[in-house]
Amino acid sequence: MDILDILLSASFWAATVRIASPLIFATLGELICERAGVLNLGIEGIMVIGAFAGWMAVYLGTGLWAGVAVAMLAGMLFGLLHATLTVPFGLSQHVVGLGITLLATATASFAYRLSLPEVTSPPKIEPFQPLEIPGLSQIPLLGPALFSQTALTYLAFVLIVVVSVVLYRTPLGLALRAAGENPASVEAQGLSVTAIRMGAVIVGSGLMGVGGAFLTMSAFSSFFFEMVNGRGWICIALVVFGAWRPGKAALGALLFAAFDALQVRLQQTPMGALIPYQVFLMVPYVLSILALVLMSRRAEVPAALMVPFNKGER
Amino acid sequence: MRLEPIPNPSALRRVGLPAGALALTVLIASLLALLAGANPFATLGLILKGAAGSRFALLETLNRATPLIFTGLAVAVAFRAKLWNIGAEAQLYAGAVVTVLLGTGALPLPSVFLVPVIAAAAMLAGALVLLGPVLLKTRAGVDEVVTTLLFNFIMLLAVSWLLEGPLKDPMGMGWPKSPALEKAARLPRIVEGLRLHWGFGLAILSAIAVRVIQTRTTLGYEMRAVGLNAEAARFAGIPVGRVMVKTALLSGGLAALAGFSEVAGLKGNLTLDLSPGFGYTGIIVAMLALLNPLGVVVSALFVAGVFVGADSMSRAAGVPTYIADILLATALLTMVLALRLTTARIRWR
Amino acid sequence: MAREAGAEVVLRLDGITKRFGALVANDAISFELRRGEVIALLGENGAGKTTLMNILFGHYTADAGTVEVFGHPLPPGHPRAALAAGVGMVHQHFTLADNMTVLENILLGTGTLLSPRLGSGAARARVARLSRDFGLSVDPGARVGTLSVGERQRVEILKALYRDARILILDEPTAVLTPQETTALFETLRKAVALGLSVIFISHKLGEVMAISARVLVLRHGRLVGAVATADTDRHKLAEMMVGAEITAPKLSDHTPGPALLTLSNVDTPRRGNAPGLNAVNLTLRAGQITGLAGVSGNGQAALAALIGGLESPAHGGMELHGVVPADWSPRAALAAGIARIPEDRHRTGTVADFTLTENAVLECYAEAPFSRKGWMDWAAAEGFARKIIETYDVRCPGPAARIRLLSGGNMQKLILGRALEAGPKIILANQPVRGLDIGAVTFVHNRLIAARDAGAAVLLISEDLDEVMALSDVIHVIYEGRLSPAFARGTMSPAELGTWMAGHGFGEESDAA
Repeated sequence: MDILDILLSASFWAATVRIASPLIFATLGELICERAGVLNLGIEGIMVIGAFAGWMAVYLGTGLWAGVAVAMLAGMLFGLLHATLTVPFGLSQHVVGLGITLLATATASFAYRLSLPEVTSPPKIEPFQPLEIPGLSQIPLLGPALFSQTALTYLAFVLIVVVSVVLYRTPLGLALRAAGENPASVEAQGLSVTAIRMGAVIVGSGLMGVGGAFLTMSAFSSFFFEMVNGRGWICIALVVFGAWRPGKAALGALLFAAFDALQVRLQQTPMGALIPYQVFLMVPYVLSILALVLMSRRAEVPAALMVPFNKGER
Repeated sequence: MRLEPIPNPSALRRVGLPAGALALTVLIASLLALLAGANPFATLGLILKGAAGSRFALLETLNRATPLIFTGLAVAVAFRAKLWNIGAEAQLYAGAVVTVLLGTGALPLPSVFLVPVIAAAAMLAGALVLLGPVLLKTRAGVDEVVTTLLFNFIMLLAVSWLLEGPLKDPMGMGWPKSPALEKAARLPRIVEGLRLHWGFGLAILSAIAVRVIQTRTTLGYEMRAVGLNAEAARFAGIPVGRVMVKTALLSGGLAALAGFSEVAGLKGNLTLDLSPGFGYTGIIVAMLALLNPLGVVVSALFVAGVFVGADSMSRAAGVPTYIADILLATALLTMVLALRLTTARIRWR
Repeated sequence: MAREAGAEVVLRLDGITKRFGALVANDAISFELRRGEVIALLGENGAGKTTLMNILFGHYTADAGTVEVFGHPLPPGHPRAALAAGVGMVHQHFTLADNMTVLENILLGTGTLLSPRLGSGAARARVARLSRDFGLSVDPGARVGTLSVGERQRVEILKALYRDARILILDEPTAVLTPQETTALFETLRKAVALGLSVIFISHKLGEVMAISARVLVLRHGRLVGAVATADTDRHKLAEMMVGAEITAPKLSDHTPGPALLTLSNVDTPRRGNAPGLNAVNLTLRAGQITGLAGVSGNGQAALAALIGGLESPAHGGMELHGVVPADWSPRAALAAGIARIPEDRHRTGTVADFTLTENAVLECYAEAPFSRKGWMDWAAAEGFARKIIETYDVRCPGPAARIRLLSGGNMQKLILGRALEAGPKIILANQPVRGLDIGAVTFVHNRLIAARDAGAAVLLISEDLDEVMALSDVIHVIYEGRLSPAFARGTMSPAELGTWMAGHGFGEESDAA
């Protein structure tokens, strides 16, 4: 099997879309935060807590969608903490973000051990099943890739459109973008910068939670420590790569996922056997750094990203 | 709600608020203990006892604090210059790898020369690991937070490959670990018979050295100026890019010493679980110390004590050991909030 | 003015008091504004004008006092309430989002946030109508980031008018305008007043206040020290009220300038973001001469300052210092060549706020002996240097170990001035050296610059205040879009003639071709 065979296989494209889905959720979440002017480095931990909370809820007997809601709420809770510390209090977004990641990760680990003290391998849940879209899923190559995915994947792709429309076509999106560009413009037009930024961080963190839940509820069926494994940091790179635009960022996630799916398959080729598997596993991280290097000069960073706004400050 | 600056905060504010942050942290830890069905007082008591209740416990805490002092210093030095080095973990492993490369018979030197040579080489390796992200920052404007974070994952995979390939111990029965260091490459114990090695002494010396660099040298002045106001520094003729690079070299070197000291002083070989996140914990250590290098020693002891104490408490009381991580993350967040509130008061209108 | 006296009161401020720590920014200020009236709020920088208007608009909350608009009390601390009551504010620092269009900036926050659509069709027509009625031409579809300063100000005014503002507050609106643009702005304000709006016009420029207002309120150190009908006063009386003492214009002794110390020939520098670079600039700075640079802000002053300050190198053209082309060019090279720099923004570029006075004093010379030897700092020597500056330049401070953020702007500027002048510079680059200072500090800085000139230094004075440039300069250049006018000798040009140059007339045909 060589690269061409891989690229022409339906399973490759299906895997690409599947791998991209959690990244799309979390990247959109991060993008919303950053567009409002807040860098959310809590993303890695929030994805962990989302993965854990959604899975645990389903394990305890809620439905799958209720599990997604629980994951989102868990994300929003840590988002609320992040937002409170960074927006009205104006604390360093670097320090708070890393602190949130540590706290959320530790909370997930603690809760896991507390609820399952004796288990050696985590229990499995019944995850989301692929939903075949009648007719469309029969298209060769495209069908299995796009129209034979789980409901959460479809939701991810719907969200790209929703976030784009809200950002660029509604008063709310206008206010959000203005808050990240020049908060004084929002304040002077009678809106609350604090409310908009906090709302953005909370909603964005909710999406990160769902992104984490995708891992335990759609991609796999149980929760492992370190299962997020840097995906959150990769999403931050994807936001930069996408120049803070939802469509481009999602495209970046797909491109990235394609490389990831490719490296997994290349490992199993005769050529892959010659190269240590660790080199393949490095691909996502190296690609992210490459993406940052390529885009950082060109991208239009929100002008007030990481700049706190304190009303009435002289 | 908004914040109003207080130009000259009272002593009560400056002491009371951080104390309040600590109290809040302890309160949250107590609630978690309750949640786990344990008596909070007993739990906290066990943590304290496990951290410092016996000679063994105390030595364990000092040993655990050693790498944290190094990574804490690495972070403190970098953050002071507003260089967001979140990659101490990668730099630590770089130092550890070099220690193994040079300490397993490659250099036929007596111990008095071999150990310093290895330490210097390890520092150089850690410095070079951070140099990449910093040059990307100063030359191409790439944010170093994400690049240093991603380097941690890349480095861990590289170490994994080394331990399964070139650096694999032929006697290791298939386990991914390196051969043991030769005797001459190991850091001696401070007192014969006590499980405390000279890595701890080196850590203390490093803290003092960093303090001297920051307050007494021209480079230290430059690093502080760049960190507090890079634009003014550039205007005044301070070579900001070069100062950043020097800061990175120092920071990466300090983090690498953590890897060196763990391998040469404690473990004797390299495995993939050499560091349970010392690089990341270094951030907490540095922040709790307000980026003061001497404070780093104190806060590293505190953080190490919490970890060691929680381990021993967990065995006795059954509260998951992760309570330590929650406690420290909470301490970090409440402390930065408390510090903000010492210099500003909340106005609700 | 009899008509206004009988007109309805639209705004009433009563006993407004505001403190920032120990500083009383507004001390029990009360006044009324009537329908169709233009009030000028006059005062020096730091007199409390902007604070007062920020309280009125809800950016700040007062510690005491009330605001009434059209007879209804205004809840404090809410710009939204002020906007709803018909108060519109044109901020000195524009509150526009550069990444959005003019129309989007105007629409921001006008409807409910949760409406599904922006509804820009009708809004566009409305903006077009307002533009026509008030003489505020601007393209609603243009991105704000691409607009000139004058256009941005028109967007700010449109924002207020779009929200049916009945009371317009303009904070130092003319600081960024050419004299001609100022005339156009006044035309707009007259139209607004004719339509029944009321205007509060904040300024420290006496001529403008006399030209546009019906009444003048004078603020000094946070207190309302006078309220007079414009017809009953004159510039001289207003000036005295404003500063509490008679202003003495600085005196320049006549003497012949010395040799050229710095020469720029045909220098280009690259554009930086919104700020234009230099375009074929020729400039000669002579010993014993103050060269003034007039111009509307954002026309390349920053580029010229960056070039001479060592932060930017010429992309084309030549620079000669003392007759020699410098080998490399950096802030250090500039300092070594005897160029003293007083930066435009003393907070952002001039000082490190959390450094002590000592640490700030040696910011430019820390690397040289006696302050640094073989990589080690000599803090005793540095403190001695700081003490010397504190004494010689009358810096009021708790001591050299105090952090500089505790100092007032004037004292901070004195430290910068001392740091720059102590080295005995040959060339002095003074970029907005008195912006935001009180009159005492202004006089101090001006006298020091004149003394340096008399001692043989070449001074380049960059200022957006035309009066300051005309009062201090031996020769004047006007800068416009990165290009320099010929040198005009002192007294050969009237303010109006310089204003024409500031608006870009006289720069020849190349500008249109480019």
